[in-house]
Amino acid sequence: MNAPVKIETTLKDWETDQEVRWCPGCGDYAILKAVQRTLPQLGADPANTVFISGIGCSSRFPYYVESYGFHTIHGRAPAFATGAKLANPDLDIWLVTGDGDGLSIGGNHLMHVLRRNVNMQIMLFNNEIYGLTKGQASPTSREGTKSPSTPIGSYDHPARPAAFALGAGARFVGRGFDVSKHLPDVLKAAHAHQGAAFIEIFQNCIVYNKDVFNDFAAPKGAEDQQLWLENGKPMLFAKESKGIALNRDTLSLEVVDVVDGDWEAAGVIVHDVTNRSIAHMLVEMPFGPFPMALGVLYDDPKPTFEAAALAEKAAASEGKEANLAKLLGKGQTWTVDGTAQDPV
Amino acid sequence: MATAAPNDPGLPQDGLPDTPESVVVRFAGDSGDGMQLTGGQFTLSTALAGNDLATFPDFPAEIRAPQGTLFGVSAFQINFGSREINTAGDAPDVLVAMNPAALKVNLAALKPGGLIIADTGAFTKRNLEKAKYAANPLEDGSLGKFDVLAFDISEKTIEAVKPYGLGNKDALRSKNMWTLGLALWMFDRPRDPIHDWLKSKFKSKPEIADANIAALDAGHAYGETAELAGPLKQVHIDPVPSEPGLYRTVTGAEAVSLGLVAGAQLAELPMFFGGYPITPASAILHHLARLKEYDVTTFQAEDEIAAVCAAIGASYAGSLGVTSSSGPGIALKTEAIGLGIMTELPLVIVNSQRGGPSTGLPTKTEQSDLYQAVYGRNGDAPMPVIAASSPSDAFDVAIEACRIAVQYMTPVMLLTDGYIANAAEPWKVPDPASYTPFPASFLTEKNAQDDDGEGVFLPYKRDDKGARPWVKPGTPGLMHRIGGIEKHELTGNIDYSPDNHQRMTDLRKGKVEGIAVPDQEVCLGNTSGKLAVVGWGSTYGPIHRAVDNARRKGLDVSHIHVRHIWPMPANLGELLHGFEHVLVPEMNTGQFKTVLRDQFLVDATPLTKISGQPFQIAELEEAIGKYFDGVEGNEGGQVLVNDDQLPHLEAGHDDGSLNDTASPQSQEHGS
Repeated sequence: MNAPVKIETTLKDWETDQEVRWCPGCGDYAILKAVQRTLPQLGADPANTVFISGIGCSSRFPYYVESYGFHTIHGRAPAFATGAKLANPDLDIWLVTGDGDGLSIGGNHLMHVLRRNVNMQIMLFNNEIYGLTKGQASPTSREGTKSPSTPIGSYDHPARPAAFALGAGARFVGRGFDVSKHLPDVLKAAHAHQGAAFIEIFQNCIVYNKDVFNDFAAPKGAEDQQLWLENGKPMLFAKESKGIALNRDTLSLEVVDVVDGDWEAAGVIVHDVTNRSIAHMLVEMPFGPFPMALGVLYDDPKPTFEAAALAEKAAASEGKEANLAKLLGKGQTWTVDGTAQDPV
Repeated sequence: MATAAPNDPGLPQDGLPDTPESVVVRFAGDSGDGMQLTGGQFTLSTALAGNDLATFPDFPAEIRAPQGTLFGVSAFQINFGSREINTAGDAPDVLVAMNPAALKVNLAALKPGGLIIADTGAFTKRNLEKAKYAANPLEDGSLGKFDVLAFDISEKTIEAVKPYGLGNKDALRSKNMWTLGLALWMFDRPRDPIHDWLKSKFKSKPEIADANIAALDAGHAYGETAELAGPLKQVHIDPVPSEPGLYRTVTGAEAVSLGLVAGAQLAELPMFFGGYPITPASAILHHLARLKEYDVTTFQAEDEIAAVCAAIGASYAGSLGVTSSSGPGIALKTEAIGLGIMTELPLVIVNSQRGGPSTGLPTKTEQSDLYQAVYGRNGDAPMPVIAASSPSDAFDVAIEACRIAVQYMTPVMLLTDGYIANAAEPWKVPDPASYTPFPASFLTEKNAQDDDGEGVFLPYKRDDKGARPWVKPGTPGLMHRIGGIEKHELTGNIDYSPDNHQRMTDLRKGKVEGIAVPDQEVCLGNTSGKLAVVGWGSTYGPIHRAVDNARRKGLDVSHIHVRHIWPMPANLGELLHGFEHVLVPEMNTGQFKTVLRDQFLVDATPLTKISGQPFQIAELEEAIGKYFDGVEGNEGGQVLVNDDQLPHLEAGHDDGSLNDTASPQSQEHGS
């Protein structure tokens, strides 16, 4: 794999001539802008960047980014992306999926792309609803969600995307929300990570599931419910008046008050992005009693799938000649007079 | 002699003639007896002796069925001779039965007067019970119409390998080599190639190699000694005259794999193969996984869907994407194949058909996925379909599939079946340089101009074949978006407008219908006349021999075998209309017949067989004969259909147990 060449672009260079067709006010607009703002900062090359998506509102994303784009079929984007990456490991691939696409019909592929650790950024837009099919409950919908398919309220237990990703073996788990000014930072960290980087992005579906994330993602007034994690920094929130501590007796996290900024005295722990145990607790941390953990929850790279595939191919080819004529005549052969030949 | 052809005199009661034209031998035993291995090595020695041959491995779906049971019987049939061999043979002349169950399951197929070689050591009370025999058939006179050569192979094997210090259980694992040794003697074959093979197979365990060689030699020596009395004797079959050159044996799975490698090289493309384990298609994944130096990447995906999607993703990125499966897996891939058709990317899909529907008969052969291949997608989704007629033909057909995929930017389905995949035949090794290359071209510059003369890129602008340009991501200046939504006929941008959808549907249809397909030739007989027998796929062998036999009797019948199932050769309709009757034998309920009727309004008559077994020559001869009743020499049809080879109930599950082994390839361990 070649080291990527940094290219100078502006946000405008990443806009297509296609009319964006999301509902007015949809959180997808903000995510699109955040991505288009981030790509120039990364020095990304539009010719080498590929957006691959499945089916759903989020999956229209590739049409609006001036790069290569493949709008595939429902749930299967990780498989297309894996094939593309194996065929050309130099491509910079962004996967766009949603809670239905990625966790319902495509849950299997999402699991495998994560555990294989194929190098790409996976953005899962979680709006807790099926938008494009007009508002049915999704696998992330909260219990009791009333929708056309669950008129009395849903009763299945919701999936938790970040916990799913970590459980599947992801080496990078990040979180953000559509209108957050920190979202580009999470995207940049994901891009810097070599391997499958999973980002759950809470996204407001203003038509079918309006404002369900307002308790922590409202444009104003919800900041105290956001725990923005930074590597090497104490886990503080609510203007540093509160923090997250580890109860060593029950091996669980708890919220503690921080008095006079003395977080150490309060037992607040320092975020270590490579600590997988703490990461498991962070993705399981229930919102309500706890703030919403955002930012980079976990980041601990290991060798990528495509690197292993390339290495194996090189090792298996080492010293071997790709001679088709010889290959065809391989094994025990004979000539018409019945003379046995030595195996080639 | 190998077939129940009407002009064959049949075997005399005293065994095989000294120099028969052809012989059919079936090795049958328990799944664990190593019959496939024995058959494979016997095939090789037969090929080395210069005989033409065809084989039919027939094994259970269970990896290791309970020992001694009827459903655990594994068989390997080989037909070899000094005349051209087209099939694995209708009825065996010689049946090697390693246990009572093997005898019971296979006896009905044996030719009257045929020779049974049985291991009395395995005919124990317990094994007889498992095979549901009330009395020992070797002793109760029930085998009166056959020659029986029964002796204790188990004991003789144990004796032969005694010097190598193996326990009885391990020693008995060499039983198949003892039997092979006897067969080698019987047909006058050298042992050296098998010795060499055993030495290389057990390189790290020389004592096992030596024990097996000792067993092989002992079986051979037994033949020499036993010839003095009884029905056992040595027969000689002359080599078949064939074109000079280098030969090898090849199975369909090998030939498909090699053909795909050759196709990718002719297209000057790296190959990406996405697969998921399924019988009988897995062998292709296994072969290709060992050919990485040919710029082949293999990917064992999480499921069938991911396998095809990854292949399409690889094609999108500039490789030749290939996927392979059998019917149930192809069903899962269908939606993605539709995306390949919509986005017009090259893709080769190999379907090794097996008995269906659903899980069906994983290890048995059938041709019942033709509708699935031609019609089985949502929307108007035309896709080329081609079919291999034999193991060696699969090489050329795989190359043809790659050519069409790359030149026309389309998914192509290649149909083989369980019979072709597993069966072996001699193959004159082709010279790769004799194939015309079809290098893929990737667009790197804008391909149109706007009104102001500015260069623009139109991802769906077509060439004279109707193919759109192939653009690799990574190409500067040609960024574009593709997807499964209907798109504008030039820009590829989303376009739902009525006129555009009509045009795009017509363009996709026209592209596939316009694929250059060679004119259909008649492979045997005249180009018009009384009867055309029209086949496709693995029915080639039995149809060819049946038509040949009928023509030797003077009957006006021709054999037409179709490789290009979709689109069909332009002259095929006219050709078929030149015959009074069109008979279409198929291992399904008449699927190709329906397509022929639909395309050409021809009165095609189906001849169907859905037993999981290939057609027998005799069955086809009888069907042909019915068109010629009243013709001198053919009164009333002469050939009785031999139902015996159809799987009978006892060969299935006698205990009602489930047999849901869709995925794993049955395998046997040798010696």
